[in-house]
Amino acid sequence: MTDGKNENAEDQRSATDEFEMALERTDARYVLRLYVTGMTPRSQKAIENIKEISEEHLAGRYDLEVIDIYQQPERAQEAQVVATPTLIKQLPLPLQKLIGDMSDKERVLIGLGIQEKE
Amino acid sequence: MYHTEQPRRSTRIELPKSPTGIQGLDEVTLGGLPRGRPTLVVGRAGSGKTLLGMEFLVHGALEFGEPGVFVSFEETPGDLVQNVASLGYDLNDLRERNLLSIDHVEVSRSDVIETGEFDLEALFIRLGYAIDSIGAKRIVLDTIESLFSGLMNTGILRAELRRLFFWLKDKGVTAVVTGESGEVTMTRHGLEEYISDCVILLDHRVDDQISTRRLRVVKYRGSVHGTNEYPFLIDETGISVLPVTSTGLTHTVTSERVSSGVERLDAMLEGGGFYRGSTIMIAGTPGTGKSSFSASFVDAACLRGEKCLYFSFEESPDQIVRNMQSIGIDLTPHIESGLLEINSSRPTMFGLEMHLVMLLKEVRKTQPRVVVIDPLSDLIAIGTTRDVKVMLTRLIDYLKMNGITTLFTHLIHTREAVAPADLAVSSLIDTLIQLLDIESAGERNRGLYVLKSRGMGHSNQIREYLITGDGIELADVYVGPAGMFMGTARLVQEARERAGAEARREEIAFRQRELERERIAVEARIAALQAEFASQEEDVRRMISAESRQQDIIDADTRAIGKLRRADASDDDKKVQATRGETGEEQ
Repeated sequence: MTDGKNENAEDQRSATDEFEMALERTDARYVLRLYVTGMTPRSQKAIENIKEISEEHLAGRYDLEVIDIYQQPERAQEAQVVATPTLIKQLPLPLQKLIGDMSDKERVLIGLGIQEKE
Repeated sequence: MYHTEQPRRSTRIELPKSPTGIQGLDEVTLGGLPRGRPTLVVGRAGSGKTLLGMEFLVHGALEFGEPGVFVSFEETPGDLVQNVASLGYDLNDLRERNLLSIDHVEVSRSDVIETGEFDLEALFIRLGYAIDSIGAKRIVLDTIESLFSGLMNTGILRAELRRLFFWLKDKGVTAVVTGESGEVTMTRHGLEEYISDCVILLDHRVDDQISTRRLRVVKYRGSVHGTNEYPFLIDETGISVLPVTSTGLTHTVTSERVSSGVERLDAMLEGGGFYRGSTIMIAGTPGTGKSSFSASFVDAACLRGEKCLYFSFEESPDQIVRNMQSIGIDLTPHIESGLLEINSSRPTMFGLEMHLVMLLKEVRKTQPRVVVIDPLSDLIAIGTTRDVKVMLTRLIDYLKMNGITTLFTHLIHTREAVAPADLAVSSLIDTLIQLLDIESAGERNRGLYVLKSRGMGHSNQIREYLITGDGIELADVYVGPAGMFMGTARLVQEARERAGAEARREEIAFRQRELERERIAVEARIAALQAEFASQEEDVRRMISAESRQQDIIDADTRAIGKLRRADASDDDKKVQATRGETGEEQ
């Protein structure tokens, strides 16, 4: 019986390890771009939220570029941004767009591929 | 200039407007879309919304000096460029010249995750950027409702759309916003709630396998506008709307006459032919030569140097030219000189309205003085009577308004020599000439009469006409106690009459000679009698004078005797004195 328990614990650990390892194997460096409109409260909230999530889950392996489309409107056009704030996960592929102030943490994690969809 | 609808009063202060440059639409809206405000264009898929928007921009850029932005939510710029290239617009050229900017806004739900509150500020910035980069005065959003399929949070979306339209007004750009027709509301997502300055509805119906496009200005705040449904056409030159209504009975008339091309027919119409600008119908059964009359009319007009437009629904231009040559009418030089344009199409090709749109489009383009529609009955056959009447009224009013003399031919199937009673349009016709097909004595002959001709005294005769190698010739018809004679019977009758007349003439001469002889004889007798009378008179006079001399002597004797006797005057004396009268004074 104890063996069985141990085995289960072993399995769980190894599953998490495998996931961690898989992440490292792909050398999953995250390239994120956040399109905001100046320093509006909503922009600030989005920046804070995405920074917090990235630091928590992607510490050391992400680049976050914050683009103020008031300053660079052509970049909104290039990236097909319609709503603000918009976060685009350039890498790893596939490309993913997240819109909103990033306050729905679970959906952000799903969007970034850090957490599997249930 | 060719005019159609006009505002009743031009002194009214009108909303500033942006002309669309689309044929007819500016007339319906009396000048264009409301300047600096959004206009909603609603229609189903394939109703021409995108094209209308694109034409609004292209005309704005090329004709009115107003650069424009096309924001496409569906088609890619590449597709758009290709689609309108077939209409002769080079969008890439316009883009290079900074007259047009195309922004493709891609929205698909699959790659978007909503993580909280958002706004559409990015879209505003993009639009603002595009507008400012070329100094745009016009913008088209096609079809902004796509956002609803890309974004879940419709609450935010609606609020943002409301803000967008305010923002556009603020920017002072004239916007065209397209929307899909909805089942319950006018547009699928109720855009009409936000845009209420001007709403245009495009419709594409198919009745009896024939499609008709229609346009209607549902509302136009602060402006008068045509409220009817107007048919419109999409062809190689883009959209053309037909702003033709039947309200105008205001056309000026002229008493100028134009020849029918048949001399003796002109003579039947007070000697002058038709009135210019009138509507003429030549109705007849098959084979009565309706097209020949049309060709004569056209030929005469071209010889006067007038531009003619001939619409044929039965024959190709070549066929018409060949057939008319056989009756001595050569249309080739007129076609070569550009005075005559023959336009042939099958009536079943389009619906009635489409035909009329085409017709009027050609008329506008060519600006003719004379139009022939041969035959009208083919057009009538593809519509219901009511539709036909409505559409023809529009057509005729339009042509009259522009002083165009129009000749319709009409095929009737009854052999009755009566007016085309089945014809709802006959009341719209000014001059109606009825061609008859008369069978008698084993042959078929042709006759015509003027059924009506408004505003002129016209012949009431039925005339026979012959289609000869030199065109149409009219002959007298023999009408007598024995009935009407035509063709050979007429010739026989004429010969018979000629013979009879000759005989009568001889008879008269004979009688005159007889009379002369009689007169001479009578005169001779009179002379003889007069001579006889003269001699008798002489005898009697002689006797009278002899007698009176004798009496005088007797009287003298009596008086002498009386003197001798010294007697009173006797009775005898008195008698004598009375007889001698006043001569008795010597006593």
